Amino acid sequence: MKLIIAIIKPFKVEEVKEALAGAGIEGMTVTEVKGFGRQKGHTEIYRGSEYTVDFLPKVKIEVAVSDETAAKAVDTIAKAAKTGKIGDGKIFVLPLEEVVRIRTDERGEAAV
Amino acid sequence: MTRPRPRLLKTLACLLAAGLSAGSLLAQAPAAPAAPPPPAPSLEQRIAGLEAYMNNTDPSAPLKVGPKDKDGNPTIPAGLTTPSVGIAGPGHNGFMMICAALVLFMTLPGLALFYGGLVRTKNVLSVMAQCLGIAGLVTIIWWAVGYSLVFGKSFNSPFLGGTEFFFLAGVDSVPNTDYAAWVSQNVFAMYQLMFAIITPALIVGAIAERMKFSALLLFVTLWMFVVYIPLAHMVWGVTGFMNGVWNSGASIKAIDFAGGTVVHMSSGWSALVLCLILGPRLGFGKTPMPPHSLVLCMIGTGMLWVGWYGFNAGSAVAADGVASNAFATTTLAAGVASFAWGALEYFTRGKASVLGFCSGAVAGLVVVTPACGFITPGSSVPLGILAGAIPFFACTKLKQMLKYDDALDTFGVHAVGGTLGALLSGVFANASVNSNLNTNLKEIVGKSLLLEQVKAVALTLALSVVATVILAFIVKAIVGLRPTVEAEQEGLDITDHGEEGYIYEAKS
Repeated sequence: MKLIIAIIKPFKVEEVKEALAGAGIEGMTVTEVKGFGRQKGHTEIYRGSEYTVDFLPKVKIEVAVSDETAAKAVDTIAKAAKTGKIGDGKIFVLPLEEVVRIRTDERGEAAV
Repeated sequence: MTRPRPRLLKTLACLLAAGLSAGSLLAQAPAAPAAPPPPAPSLEQRIAGLEAYMNNTDPSAPLKVGPKDKDGNPTIPAGLTTPSVGIAGPGHNGFMMICAALVLFMTLPGLALFYGGLVRTKNVLSVMAQCLGIAGLVTIIWWAVGYSLVFGKSFNSPFLGGTEFFFLAGVDSVPNTDYAAWVSQNVFAMYQLMFAIITPALIVGAIAERMKFSALLLFVTLWMFVVYIPLAHMVWGVTGFMNGVWNSGASIKAIDFAGGTVVHMSSGWSALVLCLILGPRLGFGKTPMPPHSLVLCMIGTGMLWVGWYGFNAGSAVAADGVASNAFATTTLAAGVASFAWGALEYFTRGKASVLGFCSGAVAGLVVVTPACGFITPGSSVPLGILAGAIPFFACTKLKQMLKYDDALDTFGVHAVGGTLGALLSGVFANASVNSNLNTNLKEIVGKSLLLEQVKAVALTLALSVVATVILAFIVKAIVGLRPTVEAEQEGLDITDHGEEGYIYEAKS
């Protein structure tokens, strides 16, 4: 099993969600986060005062999937979140040791 | 319709007859020997009194037909009066009540939101508390002695008013014709109170986020007595030192329609001095201190602009043509200055900002304040352009060069704008829009008036700066100026007021 963590542009969340649903992957956790990569921040000016804003708003999506669907999920997210411009984000794939569905106590792939 | 009932009618007729006969009996009762009846005003005098209402002049003037006084002016014969004398004129009086409310609206909540939006989240309430605290404090001072010391005349002094209106004694609905022929003196006193409230509240902008509440209130109390009250009397008091329009004996024959010197220069220059003595905010220049809500700031700006009509048009103290002209010049100057500031931003850095438009609007309103009732609408356009450009330079360049921490640009907008406005009033004043300029200033308008304005600017600046230095050190010695480092870091909302501006979730 894999845990896929994708950091994407906030306005791409809906598209990614629908693309994943279209690929048969259900369930995700979404968090509003801040950060920067190569895009860096931007400058804001208030009258004479200039401030560099280092951390830009992004959305973090977490999806747990079985080993065989992992590649498809990553491709789906990457395709839906892509604008081709700097700041599109990153996808991390991590090994996942155990999953528990709390209601039924199912374990492993059955719980994904 | 119901048919009239003959029985009821008959009863009414009887009652009426009884009443009439009783009345005539009373009238026939022997009267006590009294003074001869007062002279009756002629129809012409009564009509002239009514016309005085239309022209905003003194309704008792047509009655001055009696023997001359020691100065050679005719007096009113004893007892001669008309129904127009000693009452408020409904239109003028109603207008001034609305204007007074509008000027209060500039502070609460206009200025509180304008400033509140520009500080960080942790200090938003401290700014609002300062505005509210000043509103109450100044009201008490004004009631007790302030109004009298500004608008009384028992001292017969160019620098202070008098004691006759202490605790607003005798300040009732009868107009005080020294200041307004048709506005109740209680309305006039409340209108002027609103100016006395907003002036010290403007200082808050320069010292925001780093002055103890107790220190600010003590400073404002002292400042009202040493700076505002004398200055307001000098400029607007009927015996005032710089009241060129109304006081023929004024030493400086300057003009200031709605308070460029009294309100904006005094607060702005004092704000700069106080912010220098106070020192910059912790982390100034190192940590970012962006405004926490330009949305609040924008709402406050709109309220200031709307309220400013009460401030500027209302300073005619009548709903007359001078007020109309001030309304027009105020609008043009604010609109032009706002657009000019935004345009300067666009051409110098590529983006026009909301804060830029807001700052420009306020700067335009500040600069037109002393001039609005004396200049033509045509003059208010170039005035607006300068009002956008010069404070823009002060706030964006001068402040960076000199590195003082005028947190919300009270100096850049109000001191620079007020000074500019006072000078431009001397340049643009035109008697064709305000015939009062012909009363005492006919010889100098368009000629040496600018020199008088320079003198008024110099006196205002000197008084504000020197007094603030002294008062700041007095307050520092008594209660201290700044909160502790921990308190400043935590934010004044919690440490000074025990509340937070924003609680999004219920604490469990």
